[in-house]
Amino acid sequence: MAIFVDQNTKVVVQGITGRDGGFHSSQMLAYGTDIVAGVTPGRGGQMFEDKVPVYNSVKQAVEEKGANTSVIFVPPFGAAGAIYEAADAGCKLIVCITEGVPTVDMVKVMPYLQERGVRLIGPNCPGLLAPGIAKLGILPTSIVKEGPVGLVSRSGTLTYEVVYQLSAAGLGQTTCLGIGGDPVIGTNFMDAIEAFNNDPLTEAFVMIGEIGGDAEEQAAAWIQENCKKPVVSFIAGQTAPPGKRMGHAGAIVSGGSGTAAEKKKALEAAGIPVAERPMDIVPALQEIWKR
Amino acid sequence: MNIHEYQAKDIFRDFGLPVPGGKVAATVDEAVDLANEYGYPVMVKCQVLTGGRGKAGGIKFSPTEDDVRKNAEAILGMDIKGHTVHKVLITPAVDIESEYYIGMLIDRNTKRVLLMASAEGGVEIEQVAKDTPELIFKQPIDPRFGLLDHEALDMGMRLCPDDIKKARQLASAMQKLYVAFMHSDASLAEINPFIFTPEGKGHAIDAKVNLDDNALFRHPGYEDLRDLDAEDPSEREARQAELSFVKLEGNVGCLVNGAGLAMATMDLVKYYGGRPANFLDIGGSSKPEKVVNALTIILSDPEVKAILFNIFGGITRCDDVAKGIIAATESMDIHVPIVVRLTGTNEEEARALLAETDLVPAETMDEAVQKANELAGAAS
Repeated sequence: MAIFVDQNTKVVVQGITGRDGGFHSSQMLAYGTDIVAGVTPGRGGQMFEDKVPVYNSVKQAVEEKGANTSVIFVPPFGAAGAIYEAADAGCKLIVCITEGVPTVDMVKVMPYLQERGVRLIGPNCPGLLAPGIAKLGILPTSIVKEGPVGLVSRSGTLTYEVVYQLSAAGLGQTTCLGIGGDPVIGTNFMDAIEAFNNDPLTEAFVMIGEIGGDAEEQAAAWIQENCKKPVVSFIAGQTAPPGKRMGHAGAIVSGGSGTAAEKKKALEAAGIPVAERPMDIVPALQEIWKR
Repeated sequence: MNIHEYQAKDIFRDFGLPVPGGKVAATVDEAVDLANEYGYPVMVKCQVLTGGRGKAGGIKFSPTEDDVRKNAEAILGMDIKGHTVHKVLITPAVDIESEYYIGMLIDRNTKRVLLMASAEGGVEIEQVAKDTPELIFKQPIDPRFGLLDHEALDMGMRLCPDDIKKARQLASAMQKLYVAFMHSDASLAEINPFIFTPEGKGHAIDAKVNLDDNALFRHPGYEDLRDLDAEDPSEREARQAELSFVKLEGNVGCLVNGAGLAMATMDLVKYYGGRPANFLDIGGSSKPEKVVNALTIILSDPEVKAILFNIFGGITRCDDVAKGIIAATESMDIHVPIVVRLTGTNEEEARALLAETDLVPAETMDEAVQKANELAGAAS
């Protein structure tokens, strides 16, 4: 088992005929992800790699191929529109990879999704990879391994770095999830942690945070109250100067809050070890887990 | 993107907020001409992208022409927290009876725009939030309906419980501020203070707006609001080359793919006793052109004594990345050592390619950072 995906996940890729959408759709197909359709308005009737029919709308993809999950690779100006469309067509899980979506667009999207009971992952995220089940997004499959560890992160390549080290240490994963680096995202740390806590196959998990906001602090409080599974953490951005956006739109220390030091303190106060370096994450997990 | 007070006030005026007149001057003579146009007294206000302008002596009440001349002379060219004053705003001074704070920002937790208001106006709101959080009232705004009349009036009455006329003016300002926030794609909009004159008339006498960089594409006019003088030249170059870059005070130049890994790399440089010179996310592409741009920007800082590439290839093939880095570095005249760490598909092939060059290969992030620190330390 994994979180948020299972054997019944049937994917429609919005933006499948684009450069990034096409490249990553091939990768997802190669991993065995059940991509049943693609959508690019105006390209309906084409076939993607002779296997996947392309439609003009998500509604058609849902009606004709039973898609229940969308992965979005459309440019920033169209990303919110693509999310509304997928939600309205009946997709219950939407993964938005697009980077650079205006925040106000995401603020407006949220109630629309809540009303329809839709889970959004991202935007500005690598998506998720459940080893042996499915890949929804852009995480490299070569570094994952099936196993009992969950991983949730606000970052992309830093996630890969940690997954790589987990796999090298023989610790496979149930699900690797990148929730995205923007201020307003669909699925936050709390949602992921709750899901990992409820997932019978996830025995322990890793949480990779960064400066900006207080999602890590809230997650720490929740874990202390509710979670019995071993958790370790890492926070990126200790050396980030205040008031500067560090690449991710959400990675900014503002008004003295959202610092790495504050987050580290809150996590440690909740009994969650915070690794000093990325390479300390695996040993820290092994130490508290004692499998 | 942060914009100046006078630019924020222009946006507020467009959405009907009560903002006193005002124009910017770049010279003392211009300042005097504007003041004579408005009539006295006026305020002379430095336009720099930082807080605490009043405390630093950058905002002066000026009752006469002589005062304007004297104050403009003192303020123009003044250094405020590392920002040089190039422009002053000349605006009619208003009598202040009471001051309020009205602000809006993106609240990550409710995923909504959050209205914050307080009767403790005119002071740093961060300080109020820290010392007396109970004096700040909050209202998350549902984007489907906007700031409803009763929500706004309720907030107005909390600020002015004994004066419905003032409460209504505050409520109206809040609603207009919300519309301005959404239409301009702001990430922060503040009026601090919103004041009432002894006659009971409300004015937004200060304004602060941060605009969402991700939304600038749909506001073509906003690019003109960018203050190029306030930007570090290397940060400007990076922005124009579409690289995500922040300059720091260090000697190890960092080129990393991905923002999270870039931050973690800087942190690791510091962990091993080094000093990172910058944050730079080179993104997914290893095109030689992009690498050249990144190296040019980093090497424009004479402090940089070593360069560190930390690339987690993922799906991208590392040998391709290595070829890109080699092509870029060979096309340039570089006098500092370069450490390259590549992990992912075909990493051995990549290291073999690097071994034939002057580039220093490393297998892990830790090894790479230690080597770069050592080389930077040896050169300093």
